[in-house]
Amino acid sequence: MAFLELNNIRKEFGRFVAVEAFNLQVERGEFVSFLGPSGCGKTTTLRMIAGFELPTTGQITIDGQEMTYTRPNARNIGMVFQSYALFPNMTVAGNIGFGLKVAGKAAAEIKERVAEMLQLIGLADLGERYPYQLSGGQQQRVALARALAIRPQLLLLDEPLSALDAKIRMNLRNEIRSIQRQLGITTIYVTHDQEEALSLSDRIVVMSAGRMEQVGSPFEIYNFPQTRFVASFVGTLNIVPATVVNGARGEVQIDGQQITLAAGIDGVPNGAQVTVALRPEALSLSESGANRLVGHVENIAFLGSIVRIYIRLDETLLSLDEFNNPHLTLPAIGAATTIYFPLEAGLILP
Amino acid sequence: MRVTRFWSWFWIALGVLYFFLPLYATFQFSLKAQRDTLSFLAYQNVLNDPKFAETFLFSLQMAVWTILVGVVLVVPTVYWVHLRLPAVRPYMELVTLMPFVIPAVVLVFGLIRTYAPLFTWTWMGRAVLVAGYVVLSLPYMYRSVDAGLRAMDVRSLTEAAQSLGASWPTILWRIILPNLRTALLSGAFLTLAIVIGEFTLASLLAQPAFGPYLALMGQNRAYEPAALAIMSFALTWAAMGLIQWLGRGRPGGSQLSGTH
Amino acid sequence: MLLYIVLLWCFVTTKDLMAQLTAVGPSQQPMAAARFWRWLGVIPFFLFAIAFIFWPSANLFLGAFRTSDGAFTVEHLVELGQPFILEAYWLSIRISFVTALGGGIFGFLLAYAAILGGLPRFVRTALMTFSGVASNFAGVPLAFAFIATLGRVGLITVLLRDLFGFQLYQYGFNLYGFWGLSITYMYFQFPLMVLIIAPALDGLRREWREAAENLGANSWQYWRYVALPILLPTLLGAMILLFGNAFGAYATAYGLTGGSLNLVPLLIGQQVRGDVLHNPGLGYALALGMVVVMTITLIGYTWLQRRSSRWLRQAN
Repeated sequence: MAFLELNNIRKEFGRFVAVEAFNLQVERGEFVSFLGPSGCGKTTTLRMIAGFELPTTGQITIDGQEMTYTRPNARNIGMVFQSYALFPNMTVAGNIGFGLKVAGKAAAEIKERVAEMLQLIGLADLGERYPYQLSGGQQQRVALARALAIRPQLLLLDEPLSALDAKIRMNLRNEIRSIQRQLGITTIYVTHDQEEALSLSDRIVVMSAGRMEQVGSPFEIYNFPQTRFVASFVGTLNIVPATVVNGARGEVQIDGQQITLAAGIDGVPNGAQVTVALRPEALSLSESGANRLVGHVENIAFLGSIVRIYIRLDETLLSLDEFNNPHLTLPAIGAATTIYFPLEAGLILP
Repeated sequence: MRVTRFWSWFWIALGVLYFFLPLYATFQFSLKAQRDTLSFLAYQNVLNDPKFAETFLFSLQMAVWTILVGVVLVVPTVYWVHLRLPAVRPYMELVTLMPFVIPAVVLVFGLIRTYAPLFTWTWMGRAVLVAGYVVLSLPYMYRSVDAGLRAMDVRSLTEAAQSLGASWPTILWRIILPNLRTALLSGAFLTLAIVIGEFTLASLLAQPAFGPYLALMGQNRAYEPAALAIMSFALTWAAMGLIQWLGRGRPGGSQLSGTH
Repeated sequence: MLLYIVLLWCFVTTKDLMAQLTAVGPSQQPMAAARFWRWLGVIPFFLFAIAFIFWPSANLFLGAFRTSDGAFTVEHLVELGQPFILEAYWLSIRISFVTALGGGIFGFLLAYAAILGGLPRFVRTALMTFSGVASNFAGVPLAFAFIATLGRVGLITVLLRDLFGFQLYQYGFNLYGFWGLSITYMYFQFPLMVLIIAPALDGLRREWREAAENLGANSWQYWRYVALPILLPTLLGAMILLFGNAFGAYATAYGLTGGSLNLVPLLIGQQVRGDVLHNPGLGYALALGMVVVMTITLIGYTWLQRRSSRWLRQAN
């Protein structure tokens, strides 16, 4: 039996179905992200695990114990909120020690644990500060320490980085992951940022409109999206309408130009419309791979480590990523150009 | 949860009782002017009393002057402070808080001691009354104008208007005032509610206003005061209702008052 | 030798000073003009404030230290020590304290019930509107309303007599006494509390409660350690404001008692009217004492306000 089990969870708010048919097994020590746009039900699911919302139907078990309707203060789960939610009237030490204090622990024990936690988040000297004297990043570290101080069996993070600056976000992201590894604590992480989910997680649950779209490792989610939604939400896929020429051999036409896909298409008659996904980084301007498409350069965007080139076929606009390097020669805007890519670069989306 | 909700309803019910019982009692009492039957006789008596219309109109006049002077005094100053002299703001706030420190009865005492020699002219007494009312209404005028200006980013608006070639009067009249309309109307109605029935200043400055008239009726009649209380309540209600209606969906509408 | 050094020093400093003056003078002039114009914008307001707030008040306070022929005296302040004046201050303070505490607690419970008590939304809207009205419904009409309710032939007095045979006035209740006045003042005190405390209750964020629960706290612990400490400055500050509100109330007290009760504002009123033992100096001293009490309350309020806003600065 898995450490955390969500069985057939459904949550309705009045007539609105926020989450449905949610099934998930999380192993001990695993880091799982819920990824999706706002309103997809990821936060609601997290709040049901924490006990702030009760599922309409379904079951939640943690470490073999049924917890579906247990009160939040009896679950021993640590939670970090998007808005930090530090108690403004308490010092940093007071905040971190709060869980132990209400549990009736001895002052000496609390003090020791608080010091240990401050050490863990690298704010050893700031115990006597008040939250308003801290930066956003520091506040969120304190919130993390506060959640961990009670030695929770499960750590929940609700978009913990989305209120922070890009740079701090990156640092804190790595820190969260390293602390999680260090403690080996089972963690659920809610985010709408695919980069966060991909870089942090052991597994990702992609959600949309209250449903699970796909569950898998970052590698699987990124490279083999199973639905159109996952493909469009994760990464910057080109999603292109195509006409089947010969399904069994994987031959399709895009804007009248024929390409071949590695995987054949079963059960679709020739002449039918399908959707093909092409990753920008799989496309190239230099000769490589068996497929080629001809078009005109419409725009070039310089994105730092990569250069994104937009190429118009007839109707379809494709984006193509080249790694930036000083020797890169870029085509002129408006110039005719040829795109090359291997057979495996194209995926058929259901 | 059910228990919490029970207590919530309990306190609300108590509040409703406290709020409405005196009103109901007053209303019922006001209908008893005729023996053994309920009638609006007391209201008729009041409305037929020429003093009623006289004093009410006088107070209304004073209220209008108060609002005008208050707006002319507060709006340009607060605007200017927002735009050019943010350092002066604490002092503005201090001044507008003075009515909380100096109760009306003390204020009027000071005004009398300072300006009494000039009261031989009738208009001077009235001017001092209006000035006193402006002081009393300063906190509300200031706060609603300040909140209104804060909500609209005065500096950018002014700079945008200037870069389009607008002059100062144009900016104040065509840009700032229209955007302050809600705030000003709220302040105006609150001032109206305060001034119409105001007793302390009017009575001690011996002005023929509505408040002293109410008190006089209270000493001489039985049922008419109740009718008058209901009518002033309706008036307060109308003013507050208008403020609520104007400020719907806006935070920070100030309804705090202090002239009791 | 010493003289020489002193002379030299004088020479150097004056030269320095002259240099500064000449260098700075001309370039500063347009700046100074601009500064003058900038200040001109706020001069009418402050002139008004001086003419109708500060000068009259200062006049009063100076009067408190002057004999009738203008000599300095503390006699009037000493006169404040008369028993009936001390009683007036004491009664005013007691009534203000009781109504601030009672109105504060009741107003807080009401606001809490309407905002956090799980009641439908319309209750809250209604309560806020009612509070806006009731907190402004004061003075003489309010006195009339309570005379019709709790006066000798008031609705409740009569109801208690007819239904239960309970003679309210025989049990020491008097609308024109301490408790009567307090109950009447409460009518504008508790709505004021609702108006002041509602934003603070709105500011109690759901996440704080959830974070506390999540860390194992029960409802009581949440209130004891989180919500109450956060609200406390606002709560106390609001009560201080209520205190001042009742302390300065003149119209309601006058409307109710006709000016006969021994309250500080009524005493001052008597001095203004010249009704009783006309002694302006004493009146000024009374006013001064009142302003001192009000100033203390306002300073307390500001201090508490600052404290809570500091806490919440980043939290919002």
